[in-house]
Amino acid sequence: MSWLSKSLSSSIGKKIIMAITGLSLILFLTVHFINNMFLFFGKEGFDMLVSSLDAVKPIVRVAESMLVILFGFHIYNGIKLWWENRQANPEKYAVNAAKENSTFFSRTMPYTGGIILVFLILHLASLWVKFNFGMEGTHHYYDVVAATFQSLPVAIFYVFVMLVLGFHLNHGFQSAFQTFGWHHKKYTPLVEFIGTAYAVVFAIGFSAIPIYFFIRSMGGN
Amino acid sequence: MKETKINLTLKVWRQESAKSKGNFEEFKVAVSPHSSILEMFDELNNRLELEGKIPIAFESDCREGICGTCGLVINGHPHGEKKKTATCQMHMRSFKEGETIYIEPFRAKAFPILRDLMVDRSGLDKIQQAGGYASFNTGSAPDANAILISKETASLALDAAECIGCGACVAACKNSSAMLFVSAKVSQFALLPQGQPERYERVQNMVIAHDESGFGSCTNTYACEAECPKGISISNIARMNRDYFVSNLKLQNV
Repeated sequence: MSWLSKSLSSSIGKKIIMAITGLSLILFLTVHFINNMFLFFGKEGFDMLVSSLDAVKPIVRVAESMLVILFGFHIYNGIKLWWENRQANPEKYAVNAAKENSTFFSRTMPYTGGIILVFLILHLASLWVKFNFGMEGTHHYYDVVAATFQSLPVAIFYVFVMLVLGFHLNHGFQSAFQTFGWHHKKYTPLVEFIGTAYAVVFAIGFSAIPIYFFIRSMGGN
Repeated sequence: MKETKINLTLKVWRQESAKSKGNFEEFKVAVSPHSSILEMFDELNNRLELEGKIPIAFESDCREGICGTCGLVINGHPHGEKKKTATCQMHMRSFKEGETIYIEPFRAKAFPILRDLMVDRSGLDKIQQAGGYASFNTGSAPDANAILISKETASLALDAAECIGCGACVAACKNSSAMLFVSAKVSQFALLPQGQPERYERVQNMVIAHDESGFGSCTNTYACEAECPKGISISNIARMNRDYFVSNLKLQNV
């Protein structure tokens, strides 16, 4: 084994992979978030935005391949960490005092991650496939989104997962900084604040979309 | 003067060996509020021996919170709920009359149970042997203040050196990771000029020994810091992560 793969498969190495891919995915989410916010500024704006991305398809495909690699490493390592850590701690205490020494968000990372993975697969299989291969030459992307969230179960599922995503990010953001070794009395509270702010903004912003379209569809519009 | 005693119900983990199956055994005790939890076990063991029963196995040595030998999980907390206190310094006045207390051994795959409340913590020794030292030439003692160290750095190094190696961080961690321990041992040398020659080999070797001993990975839940009887800071883990990263880029091993 080369020094690189040896180092990256050590317990700290796996953390470093989680942190680098995690922060990169947050960057992707930021772009995704900004694009999604165009939904609130009407049909024309959003359709034009997605059409303009359609026009530079090769670049989008390169970005998507990078995302596949990032997600791949993040998910593979996450599952590996979860499994190995379960093996390292097979016997549980009769009295569980975990809630008194750690946060809910930090303890549930593998589970919130798992829920997000299920969502990711469904989200790609529905909206991404539709946007990329199911438009039949038209550019009515906005209508596709609006139609998707007419269904109450779909809307509820999206809102639930966005809340879970917020939980995941709330721990993940500051955790990445700790992994890189950036921990200091003076700026760690700021990092924690930014992470929580990110989590809250993403959770509220993303879940506003299904809520908005579902309520609109109720109004018969 | 007659001393008032408090009545407690103990649920103590009994297990004959690493391989056998363990279970909780219940004991009713009346104990002085001034006695420590270990003294309570001493009294209970005397009673068990008089009754011809097998006493409860537990570890202790200095009984003043500095050796790191004692270590019980009391109501789910390694070394009990009281912050920055070792098991031996935990007094029965912390408990209420009639309370039921669950006492378990440290649980981790890397800490196999020897008997009852005793676990084998030699995994920590293996980590220490891999790099938890600094090498010096023998000869006459060097001048005390020949190498200047700032007060702030010296304090941080001493804070890290406070680690007594008890293994509570492993017991508290949901992944049974010993990273707080490793990071304290790495930091106490990494911060000081005397630790520099071996700085990067040290962190590499200790992390490898950590992983090989069957401990899990750190996922930054910080339960270790909350339960540590010496209040070792997770900023040491950050320092170790940083040193580990740098060591991979610096060292000549390919």
